[in-house]
Amino acid sequence: MIGEFSPGLILILGALLVPLLRGRLRAIYMLALPVAAFAHLTTLPHGDLGIIELSGVSLTTLRVDKLSLLFSYVFLVAALICVIYSLHLRDTVQHVAALIYAGSAMGAIFAGDLVTLFIYWEAIAIASVFLIWASRTEDSYRSGMRYLIIQVGSGVLLLAGVLIHYRQTGSLAFGALGLDTPGGLLIFLAFGIKSAFPVLHAWLPDAYPRGTPTGTVFLSAFTTKVAIYALARSFAGTDILIPIGTVMAAFPIFYAVIENDLRRVLAYSLNNQLGFMVVGIGLGTDLALNGAVAHAFADILFKGLLFMSMGAVLFRVGTIKGSELGGLYKSMPWTTGFCIVGAASISAFPLFSGFVTKSMIMTAAMEEGYFWIWIVLLFASAGVFHHAGIKIPYFAFFAHDSGKRCQEAPLNMLVAMAVAAALCIGIGSFPDFFYTLLPFETGYRPYTLDHVVAQVQLLFLSALAFTLLMRTGIYPPELRSVNIDAEWFYRRAGRSLADGARMAAENGWKSVTHGIGRTISVVIAYVQRHHGPEGLLARPWPAGTMALWTTLMLGACLILFYL
Amino acid sequence: MELVSSHLPALQIVIPLLGGLLAALLRRGVPAFALTLAVSWIMPVISAVLLDRVLTGGPISYALGGWPPPWGIEYRVDVLNGFVLMLISTIGAVIVPFARRSVALEVGERREAWFYCMYLMCLTGLLGVTITGDAFNAFVFLEVSSLSTYVLIALGRDRRALVAAFRYLIMGTIGATFYVIGVGFLYLLTGSLNMVDMAARLAAAPPEMARAMVAALAFLTVGISLKLALFPLHSWLPGAYAYAPSWATVFLSATATKVAIYLLVRFLFSIFGIALDFRGLPIVEILLALSIAAMFIASIIAVYQNNLKRMLAYSSLAQIGYMMLGIGIGNLAGLTGGLVHLVNHAMMKAALFLALGSLFYRIGTVRLAEIAGIGRKMPLTMGAFVVAGLGIIGTPGTAGFISKWYLAVGALDRGWWILVFLLVVSSLISVLYIGRVIEMAWFRPVAIQVAEAKDPPLSMLLPLLILAAATVYFGIDTRLTAGIAAQVAEFLLGGLR
Repeated sequence: MIGEFSPGLILILGALLVPLLRGRLRAIYMLALPVAAFAHLTTLPHGDLGIIELSGVSLTTLRVDKLSLLFSYVFLVAALICVIYSLHLRDTVQHVAALIYAGSAMGAIFAGDLVTLFIYWEAIAIASVFLIWASRTEDSYRSGMRYLIIQVGSGVLLLAGVLIHYRQTGSLAFGALGLDTPGGLLIFLAFGIKSAFPVLHAWLPDAYPRGTPTGTVFLSAFTTKVAIYALARSFAGTDILIPIGTVMAAFPIFYAVIENDLRRVLAYSLNNQLGFMVVGIGLGTDLALNGAVAHAFADILFKGLLFMSMGAVLFRVGTIKGSELGGLYKSMPWTTGFCIVGAASISAFPLFSGFVTKSMIMTAAMEEGYFWIWIVLLFASAGVFHHAGIKIPYFAFFAHDSGKRCQEAPLNMLVAMAVAAALCIGIGSFPDFFYTLLPFETGYRPYTLDHVVAQVQLLFLSALAFTLLMRTGIYPPELRSVNIDAEWFYRRAGRSLADGARMAAENGWKSVTHGIGRTISVVIAYVQRHHGPEGLLARPWPAGTMALWTTLMLGACLILFYL
Repeated sequence: MELVSSHLPALQIVIPLLGGLLAALLRRGVPAFALTLAVSWIMPVISAVLLDRVLTGGPISYALGGWPPPWGIEYRVDVLNGFVLMLISTIGAVIVPFARRSVALEVGERREAWFYCMYLMCLTGLLGVTITGDAFNAFVFLEVSSLSTYVLIALGRDRRALVAAFRYLIMGTIGATFYVIGVGFLYLLTGSLNMVDMAARLAAAPPEMARAMVAALAFLTVGISLKLALFPLHSWLPGAYAYAPSWATVFLSATATKVAIYLLVRFLFSIFGIALDFRGLPIVEILLALSIAAMFIASIIAVYQNNLKRMLAYSSLAQIGYMMLGIGIGNLAGLTGGLVHLVNHAMMKAALFLALGSLFYRIGTVRLAEIAGIGRKMPLTMGAFVVAGLGIIGTPGTAGFISKWYLAVGALDRGWWILVFLLVVSSLISVLYIGRVIEMAWFRPVAIQVAEAKDPPLSMLLPLLILAAATVYFGIDTRLTAGIAAQVAEFLLGGLR
């Protein structure tokens, strides 16, 4: 019983000691935490563990099965890589917040009941916002605030949903839920916000690019993947997810293509990759679910790798605007190389991780007879290659030479990127071991001739299109601009609407408060007349009055007692 | 040793009684204080031993002078009065170091020894009321404590202290008279003055005696309510607290009303509760109505007070309302809440009055308008004030929250939602009056007249800090307070008919 605590707690509680350590000792300690959590993880048997009885409700704080294990592995790997990547920092806040954040994500993954999930869900939101605020700019503060409001809002929806669900069914189990109850619907919405469903997605491209270079790497790994995990747990095979996911996979492409901030491009591309996973969960077959979780696994690594390479650029150059970069391959050859590995993986080149995971979802869509969905996903795949596979490395490292010269990224960043790159190639080239970790046994083989050929065709045509557009000058130039997305609704429209409403309300309120105010002042005057220093009740009563009251009280008691 | 140990109940009274006489004979301030200190520090040791014995071995009966009860006077300690004895003697022991400088300043050198004499007599009286098992002996001790209290108040430097003492004298005498009349009725009915014996005889009394019994209950309730300053019989208290010497106010506010509440509980639960189902009488409704009125009216008055001692006195009235509310709710949680508030309020209010005593010691005033910015000059004093003030408000993490929590649980068990609501609203009013002080002390620029002030010497500061720390400690670890209070409540409810 004693040993049955969530591995996430090792990270969370361990993080609290980080401020006490300095320099090399802190580095070693922070690296040891994910390793220790992994060591603890290997000792855990499968099943529902860590059951706590809390005022009549039993909470399962630790559910170990194949699905949760898969996510926990990748979370630990991501935590380790991210820690390596952020070793050069001298920022205690970021170190502590990042570890608590990763630990909370682990805790959420292992939650066996909805209450535990909710607690970690909120912990994720609160810990992660510090990684945005750690940029310490006005912009990041505001953005972080919006992020926090939305994330905590999602937590509130989750809690409301959980309570309604508990009320109706008497069960708190974090298992399959339906959309046919209001509780299920609210929980679905909460998950949807965190996994950035279309229209609910705006926090993601709003907040992620404003995190610190290292913070954004952490952010890209955990928050949305916890939501994907939760969807896979509770809403696998829910049909509505298929169109949602398809839209999610397609629409960010357009934003990504015209966006200038390269980290925001990656944020859109993250959103688009989430779309693939959501489709996989919506399809709900063994193969599709395998594909969804495998893709989440792979995405954490290659998206982390891309964010790391862009973080390294931002760290060295100080800007991440496509229009101001270019030609950095001369200064940062290693970073360039790792970035290309990440780009190849996200674009699903054969032998890279994206290929062996995304293809499962595509195949499942085809098998289930969703032809149009398949077409849109195919288009989205081409788009991914376009914006993430070519645009990111091209504008950052090649393109026209911006004349910027800088140092190669710090060693710890390079090591972190190297590990992530090695994993991307390893999974892509030798998928068999990886497939054994997946929750279902499907016997799927990615490397078939037609599959490889089709993919290569797609990629080369996409590359051709890019080249053609660049050559003819039709390609949207990298402009300093801000693109309007759904977040505009609460950032600008919401505010003007709120301002208008406030004006109207203020005017109405004024007349109301006038009336109320007069009433209140009458009441206060009355209270003061009686309770104020010279008021009837506060004045020292003469002894006679006091004696009279005593008599009255005795009389009242006697009369009442005898009645 | 055996001799001492078997006579502990008597020693609890005899030591302060002799101490009081001796203090008067010493005539000089310093030796009298040393004696008072020694006596006050022995008291909690005896109480602790008694309480421990009671908790492990059940009630202790001690026949005074070897005359067996019910003929002789019996000292009888059970969980209820063991708990109250512990409270009084501990508070006395904690606050007594504060007295030396404060009393020397406020009472004057020539009258110091008299002050300590009167304090020890008052302590004797309060402990005596609590420990005795004899209804008439309780009256005697009640008078001992009252008479000495009148003197303590009259020793205040302000001329208005005399008027306040006189008013209290009149009201206290009326209360005591009512009490004696009530006891007289019971004596006529039973022919006994021993409480246990009385209860047993009342239970066996023929039904036609019920009318006389109810009359006795009415007289006792009103008489004791006067002593405990239940609204609207409260009017003697604010003046008395405001003009008494600071340290006397500390002691009285923490103990005197608590003993009166004990006496009421004793009569209601251990005597009438056994004889008749008093919960069928409208006394419950009367207590509830009056305690709610006290909670609100006294709190609102406190908001308007400029003299901080007076403000806290009104706050005490409101807090007495909470204790009586617990008795009115009358189930396990409610009664626990009322009883634990005896302890919690004693330490919080003692801390607040000690802080005011320190203020007066340093700047010679406790008027709100004259303490602007004092927090920065006397940070520890005002810091302790804030902590204890948060306790009065009932902030979670302080002892005050524990009391209100039990009261709310008790009210909910009864299904009285509206009462929980009233509890919260009245707590919000206390935010106002405590907040006024905090705002003035901490958020205003330092006024000229307090610019030279600093925290008082250690002998005054230490009791204050201990009580403030206790406010927080007993807000977290409630085994000693709520734990024992719950046992007491269980004991009381278990004996009811």
